[in-house]
Amino acid sequence: MLELLLALGGLVLLRDSVEWEGRSLLKALIKKSALCGEQVHILGCEVSEEEFREGFDSNINSRLVYHDLFRDPLNWSKTGEALPGGPLEALRALCRRTDPGPVTVALDSLSWLLLHLPCTTLCQILHALSHQDSCHGDSSPGEQVHVLGLLHEELHGPGPLGALSSLAQTEVTLSGVMGQASAHILYRRPQQRPTHQTQWFSILPDFSLELQGGPPLESQPNPDPHTPSTDPTTHLTFNLHLSKKEREAKDSLTLPFQFSSEKQQALLRPGLSQATSHIFYEPDAYDDLDQEDPDDDLDV
Amino acid sequence: MFPELNNLLNTTPDQAEQGKLTLLCDAKTDGSFLVHHFLSFYLKANCKVCFVALIQSFSHYNIVGQKLGVSLTTARERGQLVFLEGLKSAVDVFFRPQEDPHPLQFLREANSGNLQPLYEFVQEALKPMDSGEAAWRCPVLLVDDLSVLLSLGVGAVAVLDFVHYCRATVCRERKGNVVALVHDSGDAEDEENDILLNGLGHQSHLILRAEGLATGFCKDVHGQPKGSS
Repeated sequence: MLELLLALGGLVLLRDSVEWEGRSLLKALIKKSALCGEQVHILGCEVSEEEFREGFDSNINSRLVYHDLFRDPLNWSKTGEALPGGPLEALRALCRRTDPGPVTVALDSLSWLLLHLPCTTLCQILHALSHQDSCHGDSSPGEQVHVLGLLHEELHGPGPLGALSSLAQTEVTLSGVMGQASAHILYRRPQQRPTHQTQWFSILPDFSLELQGGPPLESQPNPDPHTPSTDPTTHLTFNLHLSKKEREAKDSLTLPFQFSSEKQQALLRPGLSQATSHIFYEPDAYDDLDQEDPDDDLDV
Repeated sequence: MFPELNNLLNTTPDQAEQGKLTLLCDAKTDGSFLVHHFLSFYLKANCKVCFVALIQSFSHYNIVGQKLGVSLTTARERGQLVFLEGLKSAVDVFFRPQEDPHPLQFLREANSGNLQPLYEFVQEALKPMDSGEAAWRCPVLLVDDLSVLLSLGVGAVAVLDFVHYCRATVCRERKGNVVALVHDSGDAEDEENDILLNGLGHQSHLILRAEGLATGFCKDVHGQPKGSS
């Protein structure tokens, strides 16, 4: 996988996140370049030189040139130890480098540079850096410049991310599942359609790469722990179901306000049992007891 | 300090690691208990502590510290604790000549540039002791908290630069520790805070995250801590 990433040359963008860090992959690529005989220049903004060189053996460390932008990038200490001109000048110096031979430039990290330099300036410098071989007329086609840029995706908006992405020949987005890292790789070969590849991998302590077949087997989504395995309608203290007789009785029940034929007959026919209720009326002194029907004069 | 947290992190004051940046983060809950824990932890570990306290007064931290078994007053008197009381010294900034450097100088500036004066205060507070004075274990910088700096008008990049320099000096050069609290705004879509939180996440060796329970508040259990390194 590492050979493929370095094959195209130009800018290789490593997009990582807090959860899936990309510095280990960057160091694995640097180790690969160094073992191929290339000289590696590292612009280190985020970690100290000692921390970056940890894990590399002396053979590889001798091929690494660390430009320290970690200790005093903004010249606050004014001791003269800072790189003159700050990050911008350090980048331009890398562009003007005239050593012969293949070279790899690692930017740790592009995010730090993007937060401190204007996006357009950074893009112009990156373009100049990754196309150096076309500037030197006498360089052989085999001498490519590899620029490895580590980018923390969550720190930037879609504009700068898109701009950097368009400059990259190869783009690696890191993610993973259940502790197993994966790289989604986008190759932009000239005059060809971009190709995608997903590769599961792990980085060993000596920064060599081990390819994995796929996500770990336990990555199948666990069955929802809240789904009950037992039927909740068992062991109830009340009855949820009706027996046959109860269902028949229920179906044959007439509702009180439903007008059915039986009700109609009952209303029309005088009841068999005599009315058992009486009304006892005690007229007051003021009551006008007129036995005549007041509606008699209506012609109905 | 809380023994349960020590068990969770597999550490004790005698075996405190050095050269680490620890990010404390809270979401939907109050993570200040983590600050009190680390303050008492490092004082008990005999470290020299510089505490940039921007949120509460000295007496507040002292009262909580006493419940956790440390006296901030005693620590300050014997030189173990350097305490920057933000609430008090913020007012001092306006009553002194502008030329005098002050750690909270950014409050006076129209467009707050950077936190270099604050960094220089920390650098001075934690500089190595001359021989003849009590030797402390390692320097520790504790900040409560960084999100309030954003509210005070400092940009996220400026805060990240401040932490970068503190890390370079305190962690790398002097083999000490830095512990800082940042609030997670969650759904509030605070872009500057998200840049600060994610940027620090990349720089930290350990992230301790206190989250409120999904179901809301509860009398005894107040949240769930999550740790990743």
